[in-house]
Amino acid sequence: MSAATVTIREPELGWGPSARGRLGMYCLIAAEAAIFTIFVVAYLFYLGKSLSGPTPRQVLHVPVFFTICLLSSSITIHLAVRCLRRAKTRAFARWWFLTLFLGATFLGGTAVEWRHLIDDEGLTIQTNLFGTTYYSLVGLHAFHVLMGLLALCTVWLFAMFGKVKSDHAERVDTLALYWHFVDTVWVVVFLVVYVIGR
Amino acid sequence: MSTEVITLPGTQTTVETSRRPLVDRLHEWVTTVDHKRLGLMYIVYALMFLLIGGVEATIMRIQLSAPHKDFVSPQVFNRMFTMHGTTMIFFVAMPLVFGLANYLVPLMIGARDMAFPRLNAFSFWLSAFGGILLYFSLIGANGLYGAGNAPDVGWFAYAPLTSHSFSVGHSTDFWILSLLVSGFGSIGTAINIIVTILCLRCPGMKLGKMPLFVWLNLVMAGLVILAVSPLSAAQIMLSIDRYLGGHFFDTQAGGSAVIWMHFFWVFGHPEVYVLVIPAFAVASEIIPVFSRKAIFGYPVMVAATVCIGFIGMSVWAHHMFTVGMSSNANTFFVLSTMAVAVPTGIKIFNWLATMWGGKIDFKTPMLFCAGFLFQFLAAGLTGIMLSAAPFDWQLGNSYFVVAHFHYVIVGGILFCLFAAFYYWYPKMSGRMYNETLGKLHFWLFLIGFHLTFDFMHIPGLLGMPRRIYTYEPGRGWDTWNLIVTIGVVFQAAGILVFAANLIWSYFRGRIAGNDPWDAWTLEWTTSSPPPEYNFAAIPSVKSRRPLWDLKHPEDPDWKYE
Repeated sequence: MSAATVTIREPELGWGPSARGRLGMYCLIAAEAAIFTIFVVAYLFYLGKSLSGPTPRQVLHVPVFFTICLLSSSITIHLAVRCLRRAKTRAFARWWFLTLFLGATFLGGTAVEWRHLIDDEGLTIQTNLFGTTYYSLVGLHAFHVLMGLLALCTVWLFAMFGKVKSDHAERVDTLALYWHFVDTVWVVVFLVVYVIGR
Repeated sequence: MSTEVITLPGTQTTVETSRRPLVDRLHEWVTTVDHKRLGLMYIVYALMFLLIGGVEATIMRIQLSAPHKDFVSPQVFNRMFTMHGTTMIFFVAMPLVFGLANYLVPLMIGARDMAFPRLNAFSFWLSAFGGILLYFSLIGANGLYGAGNAPDVGWFAYAPLTSHSFSVGHSTDFWILSLLVSGFGSIGTAINIIVTILCLRCPGMKLGKMPLFVWLNLVMAGLVILAVSPLSAAQIMLSIDRYLGGHFFDTQAGGSAVIWMHFFWVFGHPEVYVLVIPAFAVASEIIPVFSRKAIFGYPVMVAATVCIGFIGMSVWAHHMFTVGMSSNANTFFVLSTMAVAVPTGIKIFNWLATMWGGKIDFKTPMLFCAGFLFQFLAAGLTGIMLSAAPFDWQLGNSYFVVAHFHYVIVGGILFCLFAAFYYWYPKMSGRMYNETLGKLHFWLFLIGFHLTFDFMHIPGLLGMPRRIYTYEPGRGWDTWNLIVTIGVVFQAAGILVFAANLIWSYFRGRIAGNDPWDAWTLEWTTSSPPPEYNFAAIPSVKSRRPLWDLKHPEDPDWKYE
């Protein structure tokens, strides 16, 4: 085994080294899903247990527009990656920017909603259990959106300098996987906070 | 299949590096992304914390050796048991497990490194930073007049003890942050282990041909992802309570102290399996080699481990029988806890069947594994006793419980980890350990262990609660506590012999060669210690014992598997 030459072969197995980014992302998603599960359980457990107002029904408005924004960003990022696979880098950059824009709009929506809740309704994280669980759960999701936006921004900057090529499609797709996850979590958060919770 | 030939520099580079200035070499260790160096750093770091945690345990045992002692103040005693528990679980057991996995998994699957070497280094430094953060509390947590320094809320930090009114100052914050930071490190390493195992296996190594060590570490990593994440979530909630004035665990505002218990034990119980499954992994490698037989029932061993992983996720509330859950919940957790005994029993029988009829060689690693088998069985039996809710109502939070889980963690896990040190020491250092000192360590530690933890059950049965600072004479606890403390002396002596052996053998030990144990897995094909690239040529395997095939071409394993 001490020969000074090496033979590097293509992997014979289904899980090759090329799949590691994707698999790593799946594992990260599993860990994140476990974290969100705990926050969702806490939200559901404390529903209706607040000792004082305001209640979700009094103050929460269903953010239909911003939800549509976030969910459609999943479609645009998918289209972006598809363009990149086919080496259409300009189309990729356009779809990618649209994704970024939709994500940022959603985050802006959360900011507006929080400002309304804090300034007009007087609901802060300290007010009652609803405030604590609501800001934690929605805030945790917003934090993940923010992280996703930073990553999307980085890729977009690279794309602007013409550094993103079709060779990078797999890596970009791994990031898209994370973005899909963030959107999926929003579906759960939306159902828990704005449908079941109201 | 494209083939490409690369010429690698010879192994003499390692000789050159050892002659370079100390600063250069240290700089190399700090900036390294090599899985073997990171593995060793995990291990050394864990051993340092093992000494610290051991000193904390000794302080507690001196305090409890006789009634009405005041060796330390009650405040210090509280800090000691909190720091002892937190240190031993998060900064000794976890890094040891990760260190071994880091070092051995790539070697065993014929890979050159982990899947994400930089993430690996990042995770290690996060864990290391977490440990330093915990101990920095001794200096940094004394924020307010009259506030304590080190955390004193117990290793599971039940609410409302952790609220601002009961935990003044920053000690609890240090505890939260250190676990949060090291928890992220653990999740990173777990992701790395899973991806490495699934993506970087050498040609021919299908899932069913991996060494059991690798299989069990795969299950361990999966459990880390599912168990440590809830802990991180709970720590975030606790920080929100303490810093932002949230009410998650604030009973005054309708919050629940019980839900903290659920969140903690959703992590806390799978954590036991996170630690014990790698111990099983070690036993599954060492017992066959020293019995000169292939492992008995490989597929069943894998299935039983996966089964333990699944059941282990659904037993957490057996830590909470005394809280007063509904009888349905109690019944569920009693039954699921007892169900864990089935796959665990299967594993014990498989190890015994591996030894049965084998040509057993009681070298130090095998001695520790044999000790593990008996002690882990006994620990499992007291576990079954405690899993019955009515029995637990009587003995929950008593020294019986303390004795039970130390039997698991010391008698089971630590014994296997010692076995692992002796077994792989020649591979990691290139030199053999001293067999006499190794056996001396085993016997000293065995005697110490049984003195301490066998006799710890009895004051528990006689009603001695855990975490008490001192006790009245004449309750029948005095003698037992004295014996328990005497056991510590033997354990400490054993640890000193162990440390001396490691250090002495590193400089003076016999050169080990590639394969001192006549073993069968891939790590023994490369030099000791392995070169940075592990394998000059990526191996290709046909059976679960590739080295057996190589040594016995007339009777290879792949003909029968």
